[in-house]
Amino acid sequence: MIIIGELINSSRKAVADAIENKDAGIIQKLSKDQDQAGADYIDINAGTFVGRELECMKWLLENVQKVTDKPCTIDSPDPNVIQAALEIHKGIPMINSISLEKERYDKLMPIIAGTDIKVIALCMSDEGMPTTMEDRQKIADKLVNGLVKNNVNIENIFIDPLVQPISVNKEFGMEFLCSIENIMKNFKGIHTVCGLSNISYGLPARKVLNRAFMTMAVSRGLDAAIIDPLDKKMMRAIIAAQALSGQDDFCVNYLQAYRSGMF
Amino acid sequence: MSDYQPIINALIGCDMAKTTELVNLSLTQGIDAKDILNQGLIPAMDIVGQKMETGEMFIPEVLMAAQVMSSATEILKPTLAKEDSDAKGTVIIGTVKGDLHDIGKNLVGMMMESGGLEVHNLGVDVEPERFAAQVQEKKAGILCLSALLTTTMPMMQKTIDILKDKGLRDQVKVMIGGAPVTQTYADQIGADAYASDAGSAARLAKSLI
Repeated sequence: MIIIGELINSSRKAVADAIENKDAGIIQKLSKDQDQAGADYIDINAGTFVGRELECMKWLLENVQKVTDKPCTIDSPDPNVIQAALEIHKGIPMINSISLEKERYDKLMPIIAGTDIKVIALCMSDEGMPTTMEDRQKIADKLVNGLVKNNVNIENIFIDPLVQPISVNKEFGMEFLCSIENIMKNFKGIHTVCGLSNISYGLPARKVLNRAFMTMAVSRGLDAAIIDPLDKKMMRAIIAAQALSGQDDFCVNYLQAYRSGMF
Repeated sequence: MSDYQPIINALIGCDMAKTTELVNLSLTQGIDAKDILNQGLIPAMDIVGQKMETGEMFIPEVLMAAQVMSSATEILKPTLAKEDSDAKGTVIIGTVKGDLHDIGKNLVGMMMESGGLEVHNLGVDVEPERFAAQVQEKKAGILCLSALLTTTMPMMQKTIDILKDKGLRDQVKVMIGGAPVTQTYADQIGADAYASDAGSAARLAKSLI
């Protein structure tokens, strides 16, 4: 499982305060903690700083890369912010995200074309959000074909089929899970990813649902996730789910986690 | 003076069978459809909204209650005189241009409708000009704008500016909401109100009219 640590996001108060006060220590600690907890990428999002997103993104990125060698996930809907961040990022970054929304697609594609950059491709188009598996498959087809045509290696593409809350429609969980299975089957070598907490929007005790949903998604082939790597219960659930669904040869990771005292 | 408490309790409990049974019973007892609506069903949905606001009820329960409310209102419709069912206020609601999120906005619209307001839902990705034109055409007292992206929030400001340009700003109250939206932002762009959830949005809308 490729873990994308989600904690450096300006919608979290501690991060917003750190940005306001230029408190690099807090950001660096969050980076190191996530790195040590097993994050493969450190997601950086400064989206709540409307008008100042670019400068905040750069400041965050610089401070994260001072203390960890893990690559970052540049998380912004604004292609200009992404471009500026890519210019100073060391190593091979990930972009979160391209989508089929025309403006975003047209501006981001030239930045990604022919590079080794990893890219999250969000199943969303100008026609709105997909709700069924078929909708998602259609958008995923167009995104993957577009990226591959632009010389992006399929192994660098992470499809996010878009999680929607079961509180408003009980089918939303299964539509997502079937999409994961479908996409993994149809595009050999591709990855699937999601920020899964949206599944529990509008319901209490969200972590209970999030963990169960993660377990179900892993069994369908989800192989990357944007999560809080410091959430030990979630990390345990992932390791157990991978062992149970035949993705952990000789239970190596499970046993290693056991010996390291994780359980 | 009839006792509407059983109807209120049944609706809050999302009990479809009980609510429709009690509504039918009330009608056969000769109680006015208007009173069943205004003293039973609508106050019950107000309580549902409050319970949502305080975290005692959750979205699926609110949706269930709205479904019960809608079935109960269907029973009343044939006996409801035209003037009785006239809504207490007209609301235009939509997600701003460039933004395709509709879940939260639909919940807000539904709660307002259940609360007795006439709601026109314009959908997602709505141009500022279209909001203004609809406010004018429907003589709306309230305009609700939703944005779920920090990049589309400025469209709220733009919509308010267009209302001003067209001389409509004084005749409509503007309410805003959505995950990244805050009271501070509402103050900054000169919106009349901010609501953090569908329950408080419906309550606020009624207080503004």
